[in-house]
Amino acid sequence: MSEHIPSTRRGLGRILVFVYGLFALSATARALVQLATQASDAPAAYSLSLFSGIVYIVATWALATNRRRVALVTICVELTGVLVIGTLSHPDDIDHASVWSDYGNGYGFVPLVLPFVGLWWLWYVARATGSGTD
Amino acid sequence: MTGLQIALTALAVVIGVWLVVLIVIDRQPNDWLYGSLGLLEIGLVAQLVIGLVRLGGEHPGVNAAAYVGYLVGSLVILPAAFLWSVGERSRAGTGVLLVAVVVVPVLFLRLHQLWSA
Repeated sequence: MSEHIPSTRRGLGRILVFVYGLFALSATARALVQLATQASDAPAAYSLSLFSGIVYIVATWALATNRRRVALVTICVELTGVLVIGTLSHPDDIDHASVWSDYGNGYGFVPLVLPFVGLWWLWYVARATGSGTD
Repeated sequence: MTGLQIALTALAVVIGVWLVVLIVIDRQPNDWLYGSLGLLEIGLVAQLVIGLVRLGGEHPGVNAAAYVGYLVGSLVILPAAFLWSVGERSRAGTGVLLVAVVVVPVLFLRLHQLWSA
């Protein structure tokens, strides 16, 4: 606690990184399960789960290492993903679901809220630093 | 839910309340708290073993891959939270443990849903 250099991994960012990590785990694990059980009959669901998993992994890593530009791009992809997939997906289609289906309803809508919190946090840390770059 | 899951949920709730108190009074977790987290983790390992044994019996309609995924995935959460939280000795670091302890009962609900599907 001796240093007070603003970083995306400090303070609330500590918790945010952990939540992103949980979703990296959830989405990737879901992709693996879908690969094992339904790779042939639902390649789209599998690909989407894998893609969302990779997005969460990169976002977790970027936030944990204070790579703000990477985090910004990744979280924007995440926000686009949950909004587009949330709009296109069918709520009853559970077998072909991804983390983003039905706006993340299966995960307490946390996937919908998370990118907004992430963007707010990047803005907050950038303001505390005094500039928007690394 | 199984008896073990109910007992572990009760333990998770106790640890959760304990963590909230620590965050409010701005104190760091002591060895008793870490020991309780260790006990919870041992319970999760026991649940994995019991779950695998259950899967060996009759289980029509259960998505076995997803069930095992949740059982195995649940083991990662507490150690990861512990390692990440000790990296920053602050309220937020303690908050990481709180998030992990809240997630564990949610996983039990998922496991229960998968089993009764």
